[in-house]
Amino acid sequence: MKISDFELYKSLLYEKSGLVITPDKSYLLDSRLTPIAKKWNFASLEAMTLQLRAIPDNKLIKDIVEAMTTNETSFFRDTKPFQIFQETILPVLLEKRKIKKTIRIWCAACSSGQEPYSLAMILKEKEALLKGWRFEIMATDISDDILDQAKRASYTQFEVQRGLPIQYLMKYFMQIGETWQLKDEIRNMVRYSNFNLLDPMSRLGSFDIIFCRNVLIYFDEKTKGDILNRMSTQLENDGFLLLGGAETVLGITDKFQPNPEKRGLYVKTQPKTDTPSATGSGSSTSSTSSFTSGLFKRT
Amino acid sequence: MRTCLVVDDSRVVRKVARRILEDLHFNCEEAEDGQQAYEYCATAMPEVILLDWNMPVMSGIEFLEKLRQMPSGDSPRVVFCTTENDMSHIQRAMMAGANEYIMKPFDTDIIKSKFIQIGLIDEE
Ligand SMILES: C[S@@+](CC[C@H](N)C(=O)[O-])C[C@H]1O[C@@H](n2cnc3c(N)ncnc32)[C@H](O)[C@@H]1O
Repeated sequence: MKISDFELYKSLLYEKSGLVITPDKSYLLDSRLTPIAKKWNFASLEAMTLQLRAIPDNKLIKDIVEAMTTNETSFFRDTKPFQIFQETILPVLLEKRKIKKTIRIWCAACSSGQEPYSLAMILKEKEALLKGWRFEIMATDISDDILDQAKRASYTQFEVQRGLPIQYLMKYFMQIGETWQLKDEIRNMVRYSNFNLLDPMSRLGSFDIIFCRNVLIYFDEKTKGDILNRMSTQLENDGFLLLGGAETVLGITDKFQPNPEKRGLYVKTQPKTDTPSATGSGSSTSSTSSFTSGLFKRT
Repeated sequence: MRTCLVVDDSRVVRKVARRILEDLHFNCEEAEDGQQAYEYCATAMPEVILLDWNMPVMSGIEFLEKLRQMPSGDSPRVVFCTTENDMSHIQRAMMAGANEYIMKPFDTDIIKSKFIQIGLIDEE
């Protein structure tokens, strides 16, 4: 690909989705965009690029952006975050929301649905304990294609073997030919909608838990910081944020603090209070120690 | 070192499984059918058994039923690993006391993911 063409796609992708593409990944543009050129009946990728320069068609741009996303995911990916959800976050929120009895969860880059459905299955398993509670799982992604897959909730043999315990497969899936169809009782627990993380978030409302995993890695620090800052306003003050294994808030935003004992778990930085008791030697440590001793104690 | 007994009548499958299991730091023993596996377990119970279904002499399911009757036969974790990929086989295996179930073809990721699930190894 010519350098000038590379630059065109690079700035287009950055502007539309935040994706940072470096010159060593230029082969990815070739391999993923050639099929798009074909789909749009261009003679070649070069022909598509020419057209794009002249008349930037929004539908074509959308296809290009979607083609460049990485949708790699799996059920209960990395195990730990789901353990943290179940053993650490849920008990705290069940106590804190016992009047409201509503908990809102946002999966902010849900790909083909394995992440929100994993949460839904955990909640289903706890059905008896959660009688009278309302759980809303809102799952969003930038790609309509991947959202369609998520809604269909039909998975290959390979997909249902990565991370999914066999008991869950037996309970919550039906075998239809070569594929495994998630049952409606789980499917109906998740609501999907197209959402670009670069867009204003306020229409989504506020959440008690945000899963934003394995998407920030594709962005530069400025975009990461911007997304995390805006996410912090959508998260309740006592809410929880989960990031992917290779992601952190450190050096990117001061709106969140990592939980030192649970990798991937973050809470909102509480505004400094100017009361006498909070000043003095331990003002910054006192907030940390209160949350380690209170909320996150192993039981 | 912890031992995993691989029970499969295909030499190729045993070899592939061995490579994966050794990477996961298991000592690997092999059996070609349920009968051989049964005899192995009579002398020493492995920690894990990776078990094919269809084999000559004694099938995997028959072996599993016998194993669970043996003294300390409830201690090994049994992971089926078979081309049988329908719900009724899975249900039957779990009823007979299997701990997990892998549908062939398998790869490192799948074995690892299943072993993590039943607490045999930790997420790194
Ligand atoms: C690797 S997947 C992560 C899926 C899941 N959260 C996990 O951890 O397994 C990344 C997803 O982020 C989506 N994505 C990329 N850029 C986005 C953006 N600007 N807004 C919303 N979603 C985006 C992609 O479409 C893709 O499905």
